[in-house]
Amino acid sequence: MQEQKTAYKLDREINSVLATDCGSTTTKAILIEKVGDEYRLIVRGEAPTTVEAPFEDVTMGARNAIREIEELTGRTFLNEKGVITPTQPDGSGVDIYMSTSSAGGGLQMMVAGVVKTMTAESAARAALGAGAIVMDVISVDDGRKPHEKIQRIRNLRPDMILLSGGIDGGTITHVVEIAELISAAEPKPRLGIGFKLPVIYAGNKDARKHISNILSQKTDLRIVDNLRPVLEKEVLGPAREEIHNLFMEHVMAQAPGYNKLMSWTPVPIMPTPGAVGICMQTASREYGLSVIGVDIGGATTDVFSVFGEYFNRTVSANLGMSYSICNVLLEAGVPNIMRWIPFTIDEADLRNRIRNKMIRPTTIPQTLDELIIEQAISREALRLAFIHHKSLAVGLRGVHRQRTIGDTFEQTGSGETYINMMELGMLIGSGGVLSHAPRRAQAAMMLLDAFQPEGLTMLAVDSIFMMPQLGILSTIHEKAAMQVFDRDCLVKLGSSISAVGPSGNVKPGDPCLRVILDTGDKKIEEEVPFGSMKLIPLPDGQTARAVIQPTRQFDVGKGYGHTLETTVNGGVVGVVIDCRGRPLQLPEDAEQRNAKLIEWFKAMNLYPEDALKKYAKV
Amino acid sequence: MAHAYTPGLKVTEKAVIRKTRRLPILGEVLVEKGQAVSPDTVVARTNIPGNPQTVNIANLLGVEPEDIVEFMKKKQGDQVRKGEILAEYKSFFGLFKHSVESPIDGTLEMISTVTGQVTLREPPIPVEIDAYVDGVVEEVLPREGVIVRTEGAFIQGIFGVGGETQGIIRVAVDDPGAVLDASCVNKDDRGKILVGGSLVTGDAIKKAAEVGAKGIVAGGIIDTDLIGYLGRDIGVAITGHEDIPVTVIITEGFGKMRMADRTFNLLKNLNGFKASINGATQIRAGVMRPEIIVPGYEPKAKVKDQDLSQGLVPGTPIRIIREPYFGRLAEVVELPPELQVIETEAKVRILKARLEDGTIVTIPRANVEIIEA
Repeated sequence: MQEQKTAYKLDREINSVLATDCGSTTTKAILIEKVGDEYRLIVRGEAPTTVEAPFEDVTMGARNAIREIEELTGRTFLNEKGVITPTQPDGSGVDIYMSTSSAGGGLQMMVAGVVKTMTAESAARAALGAGAIVMDVISVDDGRKPHEKIQRIRNLRPDMILLSGGIDGGTITHVVEIAELISAAEPKPRLGIGFKLPVIYAGNKDARKHISNILSQKTDLRIVDNLRPVLEKEVLGPAREEIHNLFMEHVMAQAPGYNKLMSWTPVPIMPTPGAVGICMQTASREYGLSVIGVDIGGATTDVFSVFGEYFNRTVSANLGMSYSICNVLLEAGVPNIMRWIPFTIDEADLRNRIRNKMIRPTTIPQTLDELIIEQAISREALRLAFIHHKSLAVGLRGVHRQRTIGDTFEQTGSGETYINMMELGMLIGSGGVLSHAPRRAQAAMMLLDAFQPEGLTMLAVDSIFMMPQLGILSTIHEKAAMQVFDRDCLVKLGSSISAVGPSGNVKPGDPCLRVILDTGDKKIEEEVPFGSMKLIPLPDGQTARAVIQPTRQFDVGKGYGHTLETTVNGGVVGVVIDCRGRPLQLPEDAEQRNAKLIEWFKAMNLYPEDALKKYAKV
Repeated sequence: MAHAYTPGLKVTEKAVIRKTRRLPILGEVLVEKGQAVSPDTVVARTNIPGNPQTVNIANLLGVEPEDIVEFMKKKQGDQVRKGEILAEYKSFFGLFKHSVESPIDGTLEMISTVTGQVTLREPPIPVEIDAYVDGVVEEVLPREGVIVRTEGAFIQGIFGVGGETQGIIRVAVDDPGAVLDASCVNKDDRGKILVGGSLVTGDAIKKAAEVGAKGIVAGGIIDTDLIGYLGRDIGVAITGHEDIPVTVIITEGFGKMRMADRTFNLLKNLNGFKASINGATQIRAGVMRPEIIVPGYEPKAKVKDQDLSQGLVPGTPIRIIREPYFGRLAEVVELPPELQVIETEAKVRILKARLEDGTIVTIPRANVEIIEA
């Protein structure tokens, strides 16, 4: 068995950090150093990941990525054993090295519980929060017959199973029944032919003996504290910790080259999305804001949210911009994609283009038409992933709530989503289509259209996707991670002010918002009608006092018709005033819709003016 | 990245091909290192535990789970036949009898006094792996399978559906731009792998299935024809497990797309040869492309090794794989090192290429692939 590494505690001051993220296609390395009093990103390098044949050694890709950093800095970080640590008197090496990984398919789990909306849902949250892709959720009441569940478990071949069920001291029958199904299925792990599948039991403690009798022979059974010891409480920490341990012991230890990579660092390797989640939580704490983060990749879209004490992550395993792009087409439908495109395109042509992107995923749009189509698809992928997230980021279901008179008007019951768009303070986008959009305003617009933030929200994108490395760094040096996050990772696009409504009969063009921005140097006043957008330039690093007055059919956070006085932050795009209404509705008629899209694109300076004129004429 | 290398799909007359043939769980390898194998040689075998079934005795008899043992007529490990009584409960001095019969032939694997259910297991399911290609066992992976080595022509497609099969290649069109429609499929095409040009139509696939053809290779396919053939849409690019009669491999992309001359000409040379083909495609980490393997094919002329270690260099033959020149063949003319702004306003690494008609065009390097030979 692999030597188990527990959480690492830093026992000395560090001045330099080398961190890699071994992604499914690319391994990215970053070098962070203390410059004066601050930690800053110095340089980055990348190389193809080498987990698959013919290389089958992850350290080759990591070495290549680090070698780029060596070339760019003219210094030495590698020797034949791996990364040189700590920094040597001759200047070679770094103080610490660490890595995250999602190579080889990441961490794939199946979870099981007794009741679908209770313990099974808690188990899914534990697995997702730890950075896993949840392949299926099995429960007593999931509507499938026992033999169908057994067949499903047999076919899946996950990396591990998380089994929960029952509160401590409650009935044991149902959770034992699920264990019997797992035992009957004799599941096999994805990696390591001949190895026993790890199963984590985090259910009713009174059932442990029975679970052990049923599963300990056929599986590698681990028992941790119940993740729902009482109905009103969810304790996900112990289960998540065990998932991380097993990720190191089983998944990483059997992935090619990882034993070597693990020997390079004292910090346990973390699944990439788990590290991004930690980064988001740290950012939310540091900024004192509720945060939603999204990472849209080729195969999957991850959504993270931190509202108060509640952290949630979901992964939409089949919504992405290349490998799974056809699934976006399938789930969203052609009309929903076409509604974001301001010109007419033949449906068959659109479908063939999307399929060709799927089979040649590394290509990039060369023409503006292609860029607009790709950004239209991304809006739908993001929108669908967010719907999925809201359905899982919910309060504990099955909990009896004592209601007071005050609650009578506040319809928050158990099982309601934590996501409150009016409360949302920061929306962070990541992934090629957002981070590499040729104009930053395009990223801002994709986020606005897909997530529809309400009231005042800061929009940002991750410049070069280093949140995984900063997430793992924050577990040992939060200050360094956050300094780099704020200065070098986040590109602040600017504040968006979005009016919710209308609450009554309001026509496009009727008054919606009056906004007065006072930067100290100058005062800007804008009146924006319903159905329109306005962009006010305010550079990154600058703030302005804002007085936002909605008409009585609209709300920006203080109630319908009530003025909000606040401070807004600038960004590379500026302050966006979005009076298109919430929920956002596009004209049904294609001609009217195209005209409206072009109007908004112009207001946001989204694409070259000449091109928009061309679209307007067509 | 240090090296901009854009590998393309392999289209080669002579290659050494190694196929790993692995069991899903540990089992027995039936061949030895150095042994010659044919596609249908079984190289490894195992038994997957049979399908289990659960029967809730407590519920069916109306007794408490902890009491079921006293009513069981069979014990753990016993063989049972379908219809045989598993448990019986008598009440009123034997006047009323309730019994539970076995729904399957198999073994009684477990009796649970917690849930009151028993687990029955059907007999083991044998699983065999064949060699897939004509070749020689190069390596035995103990209890897992083998690596089969073969030499011959090797062509990769861009996308496919359907699994492994074998057949005789018949080029059914005269020109790489021609459409393979139903009229090109003959009654005596049973067991054939049909080669088309720019497109295979839905009707042609249907007719190929009717006459018993094994596979189709063409430049392109219309998206809706593929959906029609599969009976469902494809969301994620993982294929190969479809239950369909004819494996379909496309070499260029979706839509009507002239097959690359190099691919078409090689397939013409392979006319009449026996091929092993697989439509399985997985376009993510561990990319898997559909393939056509013709073991034992000897090219008429000696094949020159292509040096791809330099990646893209002036003169490299390329295929453009995105609009606005999608599908066109070209030759690299210039590789400017600095980033350039393209129509989308993105700053990217580009190259200049000469199209077949002589026009020089600018293309992002990400949008080309080397034509490998």
